[in-house]
Amino acid sequence: MSVGVARPDALRGVRSYRGPLTSILSVAGFLLVWFIAAEVAQSRLLPGPAEVARYVANESLHGDMLAELGITLWRVAASFVVAMLIGCVIGLLMGELPAVNRALDPWVIVLLNLPALVIIILAYVWFGLNEAAAIGAVALNKIPNVIVTVREGARALDPGLDEMARAYRLSPLSKLRNVTLPQLQPYFAAASRSGISLIWKIVLVVELLGRSNGVGFELHLNFQLFNVTAILGYTVAFVTVMLAIEYLLVQPLERRATRWRNKPV
Amino acid sequence: MRPAGAISRFKIRIEEKTHIGADGTRIPAIRDLVLDIKPQSMTVLMGPSGCGKTTLMRIVAGLDDRYVGEVGIPEGTRLGFMFQEPRLLPWRTVRQNIQIVAPAISNADLEQLVASVGIADMLPRYPQELSLGLARRVALARAFATKPDLLLLDEPFVSLDERTADRLRRLLLEVWSARPTTAILVTHNAREAILLADQLVLLAPRPTHVVADVPITVPQSERDAAVVEEIYADLLERYPANFAAG
Repeated sequence: MSVGVARPDALRGVRSYRGPLTSILSVAGFLLVWFIAAEVAQSRLLPGPAEVARYVANESLHGDMLAELGITLWRVAASFVVAMLIGCVIGLLMGELPAVNRALDPWVIVLLNLPALVIIILAYVWFGLNEAAAIGAVALNKIPNVIVTVREGARALDPGLDEMARAYRLSPLSKLRNVTLPQLQPYFAAASRSGISLIWKIVLVVELLGRSNGVGFELHLNFQLFNVTAILGYTVAFVTVMLAIEYLLVQPLERRATRWRNKPV
Repeated sequence: MRPAGAISRFKIRIEEKTHIGADGTRIPAIRDLVLDIKPQSMTVLMGPSGCGKTTLMRIVAGLDDRYVGEVGIPEGTRLGFMFQEPRLLPWRTVRQNIQIVAPAISNADLEQLVASVGIADMLPRYPQELSLGLARRVALARAFATKPDLLLLDEPFVSLDERTADRLRRLLLEVWSARPTTAILVTHNAREAILLADQLVLLAPRPTHVVADVPITVPQSERDAAVVEEIYADLLERYPANFAAG
């Protein structure tokens, strides 16, 4: 089967087969550079890794950091689910039905090019400074990307398998489950991969502009206090959470979904 | 259970089927083709490559309804279709591939069927682990799994080496004899046609129509290589234009 948009497996294969040593060395190298830079600068504006780690540990144990991470993570998850659901359904319809595609295509292009900030501000102005407006605004920023990726997948569906499904009179549900969705899986994976990273960045903006908790709110607060240690601490903590999701959730799920591939003959 | 033969006689009459090329040119594919498929018989349509055989099969299977004519395939007819390529779902195991087209099949039936085509130990495998010959066997088992009222075989043994193809042809005959089914097979291979057919239908080049409808009365089980050559020689004499190339 052909995959036009993304080949995440091919890229990932290199990493997982060489073992984690290279990755660990690479991160250690970064920490070393950071450490040296902080030592040389000797400035309150560039705290070293140890100081940031101390802040993270302290805030997690005695402060609100875990709660703030949790609320942001919840917003990321909610926006992600909403964006993927709506984006996949519309993308599939647009890929399969040319009339739907012609009708919705201009709107997809408009949404793709509308700055995230505009959507967020308008959502807050029109729907108030509430959770639904925040999550809706984030999802709306992501939906056009999901649509475009999944539409590409729907256009690349194998006509031979479609004929097979029709000749054997598969029920619509069986066809969706056994023929269509497995072919779209790499496109779902590509959309969700780029989705999570885009969404969490936008969630921070949403929190900064109109929420009184979450990582974005804390970053805003600490920016006003010029507390760079806290800013770096929150960043490191949340990036760690996202890395854990990537390695412990996304990649194992993807391996499960593609276990039929690359088997030796 | 519906009574045997309730749906098994199929009448096909296609007055006109035209392909419209990308640049808008009209290419007539089929003109005035009439077929009457007898129940529980193997009808083999033989014609030169590109004469519109696959087009005809797609129309019969209901995959293409842009033609003028009538295809008497009643609603609810169960089809089995073996395509030129196996067309298995690569993300489903062999067992799942069969069960997906025949959700009602019992485990005992399924195991008997796969044993009869020699793929009993392939059930947990994924199609990419199979050779083309084995994948074709799975496609054959799948086509029979639906207990089809009409079995369509579109050049099912192309691009195999002659030995594998021959073994699969014999296998098809075995499975088909054990499960009498109304079948239509298309091929451009004269000896394949002679080996398999009850009713051998010779097709003209594009736009195709029926040139002759020749019954072959020797039972398939008695058609060894010598008998096939004998029938071939006879047919070559009667229809030189259709058999000269084979």
